[in-house]
Amino acid sequence: MHLAYPAVLAVLLFCVGLYGVLARRNAILVLMSVELMLNAVNLNLVAFDVWLRDRLHSGQALTLFTIAIAAAEIGIGLAIVLAVYRNRGTSAVDDLRDTAERPDGGDGDDGTEGAALDEPAPDEPAPNQASPKPQSSPTSQKAEATA
Amino acid sequence: MNLAAQHHGFLSPTGVEIAFLLVGLVTLGAAVVTVTTKQLVHAALWLVVALGGLAVEYLLLSAEFIAWVQVLIYVGSVVVLLLFGLMLTRAPIGRSPDADSGNRWVALGVALAAAAALVWVVVDAFRTQWIDLDGPAQGSTDVTGAILFRHWVLPFEALSVLLLAALVGAIVLSRKSDRESGRTEQESGKSDRESGKTDRKSGDRTRANHGTQAPQQARKEGTR
Amino acid sequence: MTTTTLAVLVPLLPFLGAVAGLLLGRSVPGLARPLAVLPTLTSLVLAALVAVRQGGDTAVDAATQLTPTGSVPIDLALHIDGFAALVAVLVGVVATCVQIYSTGYLHDDPRYPSYAALVSLFTSAMLLVVYSGDLMVLLVGWEVMGICSYFLVGHYWETPEARAASLKAFLVTKLGDVPFLIGLFALAADAGSFRITTVLATVADGGLDHPTLVALLLLAGVAGKSAQFPLHTWLPDAMAGPTPVSALIHAATMVAAGVYFVARILPVIAASQAALVVLAVMAAVTMAGSALAALAQDDIKRVLAYSTVGQLGYMTGALAVGDRGAAVFHLLSHGAFKALLFLAAGVVIHAAGTNSLAAMSRMRNLRDRVPDAYWTMTVALLALAAIPPFSGFFSKEAVLGAAEHAATGHAGPVPGAAGWIVLVAALATALLTAAYATRLWLRAFHGTGAEAPDHGRQPVTMTAVLWVLAVPSLAFGVTVGTLPDWFDGHDLAPKLTTSVLGTGLALAGALVTYGAWRHTTALAARAPIGAVAAHPRADAGQVEAAAIATHAPAYGDVASAPDPADPGRLLLGPLHRHAAVGFHLDAVYAALFVRPVRAGARLVRFLDREVVDTYVRGAGTAPRLLGAAVRRAQTGNVQTYLSALLAGTVVLAVAAVLVATAGA
Repeated sequence: MHLAYPAVLAVLLFCVGLYGVLARRNAILVLMSVELMLNAVNLNLVAFDVWLRDRLHSGQALTLFTIAIAAAEIGIGLAIVLAVYRNRGTSAVDDLRDTAERPDGGDGDDGTEGAALDEPAPDEPAPNQASPKPQSSPTSQKAEATA
Repeated sequence: MNLAAQHHGFLSPTGVEIAFLLVGLVTLGAAVVTVTTKQLVHAALWLVVALGGLAVEYLLLSAEFIAWVQVLIYVGSVVVLLLFGLMLTRAPIGRSPDADSGNRWVALGVALAAAAALVWVVVDAFRTQWIDLDGPAQGSTDVTGAILFRHWVLPFEALSVLLLAALVGAIVLSRKSDRESGRTEQESGKSDRESGKTDRKSGDRTRANHGTQAPQQARKEGTR
Repeated sequence: MTTTTLAVLVPLLPFLGAVAGLLLGRSVPGLARPLAVLPTLTSLVLAALVAVRQGGDTAVDAATQLTPTGSVPIDLALHIDGFAALVAVLVGVVATCVQIYSTGYLHDDPRYPSYAALVSLFTSAMLLVVYSGDLMVLLVGWEVMGICSYFLVGHYWETPEARAASLKAFLVTKLGDVPFLIGLFALAADAGSFRITTVLATVADGGLDHPTLVALLLLAGVAGKSAQFPLHTWLPDAMAGPTPVSALIHAATMVAAGVYFVARILPVIAASQAALVVLAVMAAVTMAGSALAALAQDDIKRVLAYSTVGQLGYMTGALAVGDRGAAVFHLLSHGAFKALLFLAAGVVIHAAGTNSLAAMSRMRNLRDRVPDAYWTMTVALLALAAIPPFSGFFSKEAVLGAAEHAATGHAGPVPGAAGWIVLVAALATALLTAAYATRLWLRAFHGTGAEAPDHGRQPVTMTAVLWVLAVPSLAFGVTVGTLPDWFDGHDLAPKLTTSVLGTGLALAGALVTYGAWRHTTALAARAPIGAVAAHPRADAGQVEAAAIATHAPAYGDVASAPDPADPGRLLLGPLHRHAAVGFHLDAVYAALFVRPVRAGARLVRFLDREVVDTYVRGAGTAPRLLGAAVRRAQTGNVQTYLSALLAGTVVLAVAAVLVATAGA
């Protein structure tokens, strides 16, 4: 079999994944696209391993490792997306613009920012902080800092 | 091998090549649908097709163990996890017109440019290379198990530590803190005033969620 | 206490008084007056003691070096000869009188503490100049006087005249000080020391390489300080300061410093014949021109100011003919009667409520309102006009005698031309001096018209010092026999020829002026003039400030008034118009210096605003626009960032591949 077939297929899959990462709004769809890119790499690894007849089978071993790391990545990634969703009420990537540079020097004023402002203000009494907000989330801390 | 490549032109494909091409087209098509469909759940399902297609490709490349791992982990767990994620973030069922961001044309340009550059480079470099699939299987479970536990033991164990760390991290990120969850439980049984406050808070939160979802639902209803 | 210790205390006490006055004057107002008067008075006593101990014998010399200062050492040195001892006494007397007078004159002035402290500092600086035996230390006092005069002349800084006058005084004297400083350096470089004794010894040995250059440079500074032509223009304008300051500056301190300095280092000047001739011409032009200008002034203090310039011309004339004894003699007697004239003029201005002679000549009985001022001023004017037996006669005759001595070729190295120039100019000036003294006296005290306003009795502090100063004005001449022992030993006694000539001319000038006054006084009734603007019960300083401020609006000019009854107008004829404005010297300066400097400043302003600032603004605007453009990229959208990143990666990868394949 020509090496060009798996190589070109891997390239095309990778670029499709690339498009997905750059174009999708939903964070979970972005994660799916990342999976596509990883799989394209896996295909390359396997193909080159078979082509080179590597005695140590580095390509296949690394493919296994990549699969394991991809599983870990999807777990962490989903956890982050869920945390963001709980804080912001959205999982759309392009709504999370707290780092935007405003012409007036102020902070972002997207709809999600308003949702973040509906969270308890820092100066309210402690018992009112009853909303299910994970304290350790970095995004929530940043939202409070910029609010 | 160069000699072999000279004997194998692109115009006279072998059976394996034809199978690989067909499955590759299906895989690519499924991947394209995955990144373009408006229905989020469908995207996850098309991803199953793409990943399954890849598993077949691995089989065609005689990497048998990788193929089964691919099926087990990707198709079996990752996609299920993604579907859970979609459910937990209350992703809309059905078509959502704003599934793609405004960045899509830029993304398309970048992806096409990258594809063109990479295809050019890859084809230019490997068009004469030939994979000899004859002989003993490259990736049978036997072979893979042997090399994995003979040569790759240490990285393999390190990987298990990484997986453990990812596990712990995912739990820490996704659970509520002790303090908050404990208070919520206490407050649920307390006086009206405080529960009223809690209600207000949760009401705020749902309103916030509602604010982002309301237009989508409205459009959904419009399409029906 | 040794004479040296006493001499050190003399400049030190007023300095300490000034420091204490500046520190305490505002917080403890009761201390301001004692702190002003007592140190100066003590200093006067000590100066007198020093003079008695020195007694005209060998000069007292003492020096100490604080720190090595390189090739030319600078010492804290005293050099007290007869000149220094007597001038210090004069400075002490005048300063004490001025301080006592000021307590009454500026009685209600809120700025009195700082004023008195500055007068003390001024006195201290002058005493330092007088006693110093080191040219650098002398320069310190010289410059401190410059800055003090700036502050004191500008005491009424609310009026624009005072502000302009103080700036002018400072700038003009500094204009002379720059060449003066260079001259001092040149002198010290030639002599290898700043010590006056060493310098004079070097000059005696003929060790001076460039005597003419050094002498001319030093003369520039002296001309600025002593208000000699062409740098005299600041002095009449300095009349915008309070009258006691005028008395201090004109009689004993600032202007005397220049003459005294030349007297100290006269051998340096005399080493160059050219410098002596220049000095003589300078003196001649100064005295004749200023006397003409004095005849045309309307402001009583400006008359006195121009008379000061003229009398300083006499002193520099005496120096030009190589007789520093005569010069310092005239300095002493002039110091006494000019201080008296100014202080009395202050009383008159207070009583009349105006500083305009034209207005005073329309007041009847002004002399009865201020009898002390009237009589003492009469004495001082007689001394100024050099009528025997008043002190001015003896000192002026000493100058005339020295000039005649030089003109006839008996004065050693002094060129005869210098002697003749000085002699002729001095005789002409004697005539004019008597004329303007008579005019001042007649117009101030013999007016006709409305009754002079009655402001009550003048404070005793103001009138008592007049009588104190009247004594030396009247009787200082009797010392003419003993003074040569203190000085160089030249005979200072009047000589018959010059006495007859000078006195005759003075009498002639007085009589002609009287005649003219008789002729014009009838016009006074027909041309009423004068506005008494001052508040009748205000203290003297406020009256004077008001009078200065209203003179220009009332009469159209700070110097003159359109008064047909002015005898000066009749005597000078067509010259009056030019004399009133100081022979247009200010206009010449304006054309020569002020306008080019202003034009240059406008050019520089244009270049700075329009050319340099454009680049500066551009340098600020370009990054700002760039920043605004870059800000737009910061959308906060991660996907945009990532797109740009990956696009860049693709471009880089393609470039790398192209380079690699091209190289292969």
